[in-house]
Amino acid sequence: MAKLNQSTTVEFSKIYSIGAARGDLTITNDDVAGPINSSDEWITQRTGIITRMRASKDRSLMDMAVEASNEAIEKAGIAASEIEAVIFSTITHPYQTPSAAALLADLVGANPAPAFDISAACAGYCYGIAQADSLVRSGVAKYVLVVGGEKLTDFIDPTDRSISFLLGDGAGAAIVGPSDSPGISKTVWGSDGSKWDAVGMTGSLIDFRDGTGAWPTLVQEGQTVFRWAVWEMVKVAKRALEVAGVTADELNSIVMHQANERIIDEMAKQLGLPEHVVVARDIKTTGNTSAASIPLAMHALIEDGAVKSGDLALQIGFGAGLAFGAQVVVVP
Amino acid sequence: MALSAAEVLTGLSEIVTDETGIATEAIQLDKSFTDDLDIDSISMMTIVVNAEDKFNVKIPDEEVKNLLTVGDAVNYITKAQG
Repeated sequence: MAKLNQSTTVEFSKIYSIGAARGDLTITNDDVAGPINSSDEWITQRTGIITRMRASKDRSLMDMAVEASNEAIEKAGIAASEIEAVIFSTITHPYQTPSAAALLADLVGANPAPAFDISAACAGYCYGIAQADSLVRSGVAKYVLVVGGEKLTDFIDPTDRSISFLLGDGAGAAIVGPSDSPGISKTVWGSDGSKWDAVGMTGSLIDFRDGTGAWPTLVQEGQTVFRWAVWEMVKVAKRALEVAGVTADELNSIVMHQANERIIDEMAKQLGLPEHVVVARDIKTTGNTSAASIPLAMHALIEDGAVKSGDLALQIGFGAGLAFGAQVVVVP
Repeated sequence: MALSAAEVLTGLSEIVTDETGIATEAIQLDKSFTDDLDIDSISMMTIVVNAEDKFNVKIPDEEVKNLLTVGDAVNYITKAQG
């Protein structure tokens, strides 16, 4: 019988680098307050957001993804041609098919790498890191480009009080590759489709085509999502630390999905984090950018010198699906 | 043993004060969480979860919108204790 070759496994993987690109417009609370009959004070107090970065009409999702990816590739010190898989997490690629990832792979010089999109909303970046970790350690791909990117403003309703005023645009990218030491812990991830309606769209494209619904925009049941995002995600965060074999004391930072600073505050409080643990709060100036929020927040911590290479960070994404993913990573 | 409505009010007031800083004596049965106490939806959910823990009851998401006043919450919790 012929002997079948399987891929040769690699013991460890790590994140080599992070790249970031944000929307080019700084949108203040005053800019969004009118249509929701609100105020700067109310929005700041309730969400922690002071500005959100949004992309102008001429700055596409792909523009931001390419910019973030090029930075990550350059900082990783690899050639784009060495990338052996491209994973793009997004809910705002404006085409049902082909994937955003295939075009991104071509634009950054990674053609003919396998490329595919994933739809896990705000958990998408952590889902992408989980898949990249698996592809690298199974020996299927040497380097993987993971991108979380969104142009959410194409899918908002300025009069919606549930979520639209929180949202921004951007893309974050990471290169994952082989490592001599552990760099990405086992991902704790999952979904809860019984809450499929808790965050999502106002309708389908079919409804829109048939004239039975408006252009679909994002909407959420805030209280349901808040309860789940804090009290259920605290359990996930604790489980992620447990499977990583890391205590909260040993963490240097926590990078939660930047949904709302109130969620960040409450989760940090519930986790009882030691004071030295840096809590990412990129939401204050960037807004909620769904799949992009964790890599953007991590990038900001690195750029600000709040974390350094080799530090341990717990990253946890959660959102529409409902879907969630968490892992402890070594900061590149 | 199930707590009386008065005991639930005392316990609930402590939770509300802890979350919002509102003086305990201002938290009375006829007060509306949103209109009188200016409690927003996120704080309300924090109060609900803390009340679940404190009184060992379940308050489903769909029930929270019916708890308009402090009295509504006290009644619900008192009954839910079984």
